[in-house]
Amino acid sequence: MAGHSNYVPQSAAAKWLESRLPVISLVRGSFVDFPTPKNLNYWWTFGGILAVMLVAQIITGVVLVMHYTPSTGAAFNSVEHIMRDVNFGWMLRYLHANGASMFFIAVYIHIFRGMYYGSYKAPREISWILGVVIFLIMMGTAFMGYVLPWGQMSFWGATVITNLFSAIPLVGEAIRTWLWGGFAVDNPTLNRFFSLHYLLPFMIAGVVILHVWAFHTTGNNNPTGVQPKTKQDTVPFHPYYTIKDLFAIVVFMILFSWFAFYVPNYMGHPDNYIEANPLVTPAHIVPEWYFLPFYAILRAIPDKLGGVLAMFGAIAVLFVLPWLDTSKVRSGTYRPLFKQFFWIFALVCVALGYLGAMPAEPKYVFWARICTAYYFAHFLIILPLLGFLEKPKPLPASISEAVLKGGSASPAGAVSAPEIK
Amino acid sequence: MSTMIKMVRALTAAAAIAVAAPALAAGEGPHIPREQWSFAGPFGTFDKAQLQRGFKVYREVCSACHSLKQVSFRNLAQEGGLGYTEEQAKTIAADYTVTDGPNDDGDMYERPAVLADKFPSPFPNEQAARASNGGAYPPDFSLLAKARAAHRGFPWFVFDAFTQYQEQGPDYIHALLTSYGEEVPEGVTIPEGKHYNPAFLAGNAIGMAQPITDEAVEYTDGTPMTVDQYARDVAAFMMWAAEPHLEDRKKIGFRVMIFLIVFAGLLYFTKQKLWRNVEH
Repeated sequence: MAGHSNYVPQSAAAKWLESRLPVISLVRGSFVDFPTPKNLNYWWTFGGILAVMLVAQIITGVVLVMHYTPSTGAAFNSVEHIMRDVNFGWMLRYLHANGASMFFIAVYIHIFRGMYYGSYKAPREISWILGVVIFLIMMGTAFMGYVLPWGQMSFWGATVITNLFSAIPLVGEAIRTWLWGGFAVDNPTLNRFFSLHYLLPFMIAGVVILHVWAFHTTGNNNPTGVQPKTKQDTVPFHPYYTIKDLFAIVVFMILFSWFAFYVPNYMGHPDNYIEANPLVTPAHIVPEWYFLPFYAILRAIPDKLGGVLAMFGAIAVLFVLPWLDTSKVRSGTYRPLFKQFFWIFALVCVALGYLGAMPAEPKYVFWARICTAYYFAHFLIILPLLGFLEKPKPLPASISEAVLKGGSASPAGAVSAPEIK
Repeated sequence: MSTMIKMVRALTAAAAIAVAAPALAAGEGPHIPREQWSFAGPFGTFDKAQLQRGFKVYREVCSACHSLKQVSFRNLAQEGGLGYTEEQAKTIAADYTVTDGPNDDGDMYERPAVLADKFPSPFPNEQAARASNGGAYPPDFSLLAKARAAHRGFPWFVFDAFTQYQEQGPDYIHALLTSYGEEVPEGVTIPEGKHYNPAFLAGNAIGMAQPITDEAVEYTDGTPMTVDQYARDVAAFMMWAAEPHLEDRKKIGFRVMIFLIVFAGLLYFTKQKLWRNVEH
């Protein structure tokens, strides 16, 4: 990272600092002089968008905590106190609640971008794995955050999810009791979820640093998947990508503001405006939208333990994705078959999300089973086989060549890269 | 950006085809007609006169059973709300009696409410409320307009994000109050002590008897004194009670949007200029 810096300290103060802690050259090397492929498209801006969302969530969250009371008797009313009495409290809460949804929209686009362009392949496996770790912590954070307002969906969502752990053989019941801090979802549960909800974002921030460190060591992937070969293939991160990312971030903020200011409850569930009541079960318990595909997988398996394993397996399989994809070609742009399977997979994920929101009736469960089977087949059968069956298109010799040929998608007559010969 | 929009569109369309078949079959639950609301849309504001009428309906009818725990009397004089002056709000508060204490002798005592007090509830606790209402619990009004929504189903819920449809709660309240008195269809049995209401979300037998009839509340401003109008007014009042900063939110949201769109435009041209000499 610091190795990419062209920085030579000029002032006496800068020399003094650099010789003791080379923090200026570290930042310069990582976010100013860092050589970045010049052909990154807008799908690559979601990393920056995610960084901004994490900071936004932490800032709004820290201020919300100043007014929130984590206790079963007071939590719901303290959230209403924020909405009604705290200056701009409604804005803080709506930004935070919708911010979580925006965070997931951005992370899903970011993950699918990585899948399409083969960003998980060597030498970027560690970056990918750390990304999956971030995704997991995000899910935990979001789940616990949803419990804090102590509405009906908070309570019953927490009950359903924590009950899943009881499916683990032998120790399941003990784990559930330990998670609850008692024998039901109650005040100790709310307190520990609050504590962890405050802690986990900082852990995400830590893993984000490792995530960035890893792909700054290997260099960014890019839409051609071909490594930069000469200086002509890259541009310094600043100002080229600072401005491009900033533009994308502001456009994303427009979407975010649309939801936070105009349809703030669109992503939420009306039942969460009813205070938690352990004696009244809602007609349909549904998790937040970003968990719906996994919820559909959970319910697709008729066995409780099997469902839990499938649900966690759906994320676990992502960890080994770099070794399941046998194709030597990174970018989906040059993989005619993979491209089609990628879009089918994306559709299946959307369909799973829809099915997760539907009641567990036979017709929905039937489709959820088919989609679940396809989800795993994509990783465990299709991707390993495609590497052998597919004949990739010829790769451009370099990023510059792909760009000069007028778009990376049509490299007709391009010289094949050595790696596919 | 345009490629992104295209891809999102393609994805949405494809998803529509993929899941339309099961979705069309999912039209469960009552059909709730959409009504016109002054507070709908990006520039929506509350109609002060309507909120005051709705409050009158609440005071004279609903408050016999339904509490309004989250709302304080001072909120009545708050900007973006009913438009009462502080003096008027004080007068309204003084009509209510609240329990305070303990005093220096250790006794609880009653006194007229002041602006800082919240609306007192009709029943001391849930059990008392249930005991007086045949086992049913009249829900608190403070958040009801956000806590109820009919299932929209696919693809309507997708359009709702773009058309800013957020008034499912008031629409439902209006539908519920105007759907009493219909003939019970054949094959439907309504249990003893329940009442037939085809708009009710949790089945069609509701614990609440028809709460309001034409001319039940007197309007002095010439507004029609019909159940339909009462339902509209009280639903609007409940929306305000659930979201007292709604006007502020939309007003600030518009400024935020203008700022972000202009800022994004400037950034776009700056970006174009910076990148003009780079083939990419």
